Amino acid sequence: MIQIQDLVKSFGHSYALQGVDLEVSRGQFLTVVGPNGAGKTTLLRILATLLRPTSGLVHIDGLDLPSRSAEIRRRIGFVSHQSLTYGKLTVEENLTFYGRIYDIPAVEERVDTLLDLVGLQARRHDPARTLSRGMQQRLSIARAIIHQPSLMLLDEPYTGLDQQAADMLRQLLQTIAAESRTVVMTTHNLQRALEFCDTVAILAKGRIVYQAEVASLTLDDLRQAYWHYVGNGSTGKRAET
Amino acid sequence: MSKSFRIEDLLNWLSGLSIIVALYLVFVYAPTEATMGHVQRIFYFHVSSAWVGFLAFFVTLVAGVAYLRGGNRAWDILALSSVEIGITFTAMAVITGSIWAKATWNAWWPWQQEPRLVLVTILLLLYLSYLVLRAFVEGEERTARFAAVYGIVAFVSVPFTFMSVRWWQRLHPVIFEREGMHLAPAMLATFLFSLLAFTILYFTLLLHRRRLGKLADQVDGLKERLRTGEGG
Amino acid sequence: MSYLSKVLAIVWKDVVAELRTKEMFSSMLVFALLVIVIFNFSFDLRVENIAQVAPGVLWVTFAFASTLELNRSLALEMENDCLDGLLLAPMDRSVIYFGKMLGNLVFICAIEALILPIFSVIFDLNLIRPPLLLTIFLGTVGFAGVGTLLSAIAVNTRAREVMLPVLLFPIILPVVIAATKATGGILDGLPLGDIAHWLRFLVAFDIIFLVVSYMTFDFVVQG
Repeated sequence: MIQIQDLVKSFGHSYALQGVDLEVSRGQFLTVVGPNGAGKTTLLRILATLLRPTSGLVHIDGLDLPSRSAEIRRRIGFVSHQSLTYGKLTVEENLTFYGRIYDIPAVEERVDTLLDLVGLQARRHDPARTLSRGMQQRLSIARAIIHQPSLMLLDEPYTGLDQQAADMLRQLLQTIAAESRTVVMTTHNLQRALEFCDTVAILAKGRIVYQAEVASLTLDDLRQAYWHYVGNGSTGKRAET
Repeated sequence: MSKSFRIEDLLNWLSGLSIIVALYLVFVYAPTEATMGHVQRIFYFHVSSAWVGFLAFFVTLVAGVAYLRGGNRAWDILALSSVEIGITFTAMAVITGSIWAKATWNAWWPWQQEPRLVLVTILLLLYLSYLVLRAFVEGEERTARFAAVYGIVAFVSVPFTFMSVRWWQRLHPVIFEREGMHLAPAMLATFLFSLLAFTILYFTLLLHRRRLGKLADQVDGLKERLRTGEGG
Repeated sequence: MSYLSKVLAIVWKDVVAELRTKEMFSSMLVFALLVIVIFNFSFDLRVENIAQVAPGVLWVTFAFASTLELNRSLALEMENDCLDGLLLAPMDRSVIYFGKMLGNLVFICAIEALILPIFSVIFDLNLIRPPLLLTIFLGTVGFAGVGTLLSAIAVNTRAREVMLPVLLFPIILPVVIAATKATGGILDGLPLGDIAHWLRFLVAFDIIFLVVSYMTFDFVVQG
């Protein structure tokens, strides 16, 4: 589904990604962990076609980025810690708008289905800015899957969520993942990383330094690997348990 | 490296020489104008400076387009260099133009009678806006991109500004017109040579400024590598 | 046509958002009124024939009000990273440009429609005439066309709102000159043939800058 070879991304003189090699097969759920500044967001934004690679090869579903970006966008859904929704518009209006720019046939029906899925039917006529952070994240996910993408990109989706909202999000993600979509998620929380993904990778200083199947991994294993590759205090921030 | 150094050397000599010759022509060779007297000589500097101001802007446009096409930072360095030199010459054009206006119309800023002066001032403003934009954008790549786009937009606006200012006080539009300035052959020769001398000076300064820009860019790169401890 | 429906979807979104809060409309209207009043007093003491300055005051008001609108329109997309949402859609980036541009055009024209009657009363002039309306429309297309592009740049700078006038005003000077001259000519009762060149000028400006903005917009919004 995704092939990345020697991906480099520089901003002027500083390098965010220094040669990333990664392969993600169809239906796989990959979590990428790493300290802040490692390049997780940059990597995801490149996959989402929001950033252009400086050099290197990126193929999504056989399509080459950046030349086939428009076609790739049809296949991806992107969720970040910003909701990408318009505060002044109602929940329903937000989804209707995205339905229109994604060329969804029968938009109203689809919006209805999504509102049921994410549990926001009751709030459909409320402006998005009146929603709690957890609900906004759910709206954001509804927005991201409105066109039934085959690849989901989630950039630290749990940021700012309390326990209850995080639980709801986890359930939602499980449902989505179960529909054999390919998912790439980033987080700096190691435990989350192991929750229900297939593979976990560590991104440090712009490179993928470690990759393993989750089935054979315990939290301690992962923590050890993390400390080994990332060290402690390299960014002054400890990975959470 | 040594090859380009020779070009710069050559240009150094050429511009030095041509400016000296131009000064001689302007102050000694060219006849004194009948009505205005010696003040008229500033005309040669004024038009030459304005010409360089426009030329530099055009170079910025070309460099901007080239940057957007390829993403090569060298083009952005060239664009910025051209703007810095262009703005200097444009400022000179404004000042000399104002002196000329004072001598001709007895007013430092005769809006109605000297549309050229207004136009050159607007060009100066465009340059300033370009530099202000560069100063307020974060990130080198973004700065180069935004500056390139603004350079294109700004240059495209110049013909429109030129025409609208020209038509401003007239009842009927004129696209081209002959100015009522009769140049004796000696004056014409001086005029053309001044244009040439200033153009050579522009390119000389441009290459020097570009060289400085490239060095500064290299320094930035080294600083970044020191900071991160990684190769780039 | 899918392209057009997406452009209209963006316009629809902006209209719905503004109708809900009317923030932009109210601030633009109040601002425009203040400008008119201030001009009225500052010129009153010196100029006998206030109709002489009317075209200039009108267009300065429109220019400043447009700047307000252009800023707000892009600022809306910066909240919650909504611009990313637009960039993620499987459509040509120019859809975003035309969608925002049309939205800007609609809003600025709406404010102008409110300002004109007020202006007519204050300056005791009939401003609701077809040739004048055409001039105002052409001038507004000029503002919105290149203004949408430049506001996308301005909103990404440290100075934000302040940057747009710095970038925009030198560029739209020809529009202000042409529109003011045409407006003055119409109010003076000149035959249309005498001011036609100004209108043609505006049309040329509009077309060229729509094209330039369309071609360079992608470079401004890409990452």
